[in-house]
Amino acid sequence: MGLFNQSKIFLLTNKYQKFILIFFLLVLSVGLLEALFLSPQDYLQGDSVRIMYVHVPSAWISLGIFSLIAFLSILVFIFKNRNLIIIAKSFAPSGFVFTLIALVTGSIWGKPTWGTWWAWDARITTMLILGLFYLMYLLAWRIFEDRNSVVKITSLISIIGAINIPIIKFSVDWWNTLHQPSSIKILSDSSIHEAMLLPLIIMTAAFALFSLLIFLMKYNTELIKIKTKGLNRL
Amino acid sequence: MIINFINMNGYGIYVFSAFIFTLINFAGLYFIVRSQLKKEQQKFAKEFSKLDEQKAFEANKQNINKEILLTGTFSKT
Repeated sequence: MGLFNQSKIFLLTNKYQKFILIFFLLVLSVGLLEALFLSPQDYLQGDSVRIMYVHVPSAWISLGIFSLIAFLSILVFIFKNRNLIIIAKSFAPSGFVFTLIALVTGSIWGKPTWGTWWAWDARITTMLILGLFYLMYLLAWRIFEDRNSVVKITSLISIIGAINIPIIKFSVDWWNTLHQPSSIKILSDSSIHEAMLLPLIIMTAAFALFSLLIFLMKYNTELIKIKTKGLNRL
Repeated sequence: MIINFINMNGYGIYVFSAFIFTLINFAGLYFIVRSQLKKEQQKFAKEFSKLDEQKAFEANKQNINKEILLTGTFSKT
């Protein structure tokens, strides 16, 4: 798999980290300006709707990263490629932090909107389960020392945890929940106004850049660990 | 005007708490991962310095090893 040549990836990731950081800060600044100053209030929720611009992108990205980790874990079982394991492992920390942000900002948004910080509603509960799967995945890497065992265990955690992803997505349709149904649809017209959609897209782009930046730094860290072990074997 | 902005019709405490929590988490994660990266780079450099001339020559044949030694997170360490 020439595409997954570690040396090439290391050189590329090292080179582009700085640019991604600068680009992330730029996009985040524009996103914050749009989210806090330029976007309109909601006719029902007033200014509290602005929490959406950090809550929704965090939730999207945490779901996206976990799906990616699960997909890579399936590929690990098929191809036994060591680099895919490192890629999956390097995405997990930012995925966990985005899940935490989605849960906490959701709770903060819940208080003025629903009058409660927490409810065992289907969407919130399944997001909490996702957070626990991320935690198990990250802890497994710390607890188990045998390389083969840890790869199998973390892959299994991510594949089993992936069952939760469609449940999170469709929970608002399957059950009566406090959450409203999706306002943004890929295949049909979205019900969100474009004045609110624009900051949402910009913030999502900024958060995606941040997760990419963390991934690159984490990937390089993992690669250096491997190379340090390699030096000891020379 | 600034007070109105901060107050956000009574929702300011919720809105800014959510944004500040997000940004603190970003900064925290970034600095943790950055310090881990630097620590591993230093560990690598320390192990590399222990190699004898022949082994160092062998290790230097790999571009990735040279790159690790040359670059810090964004600068030379």
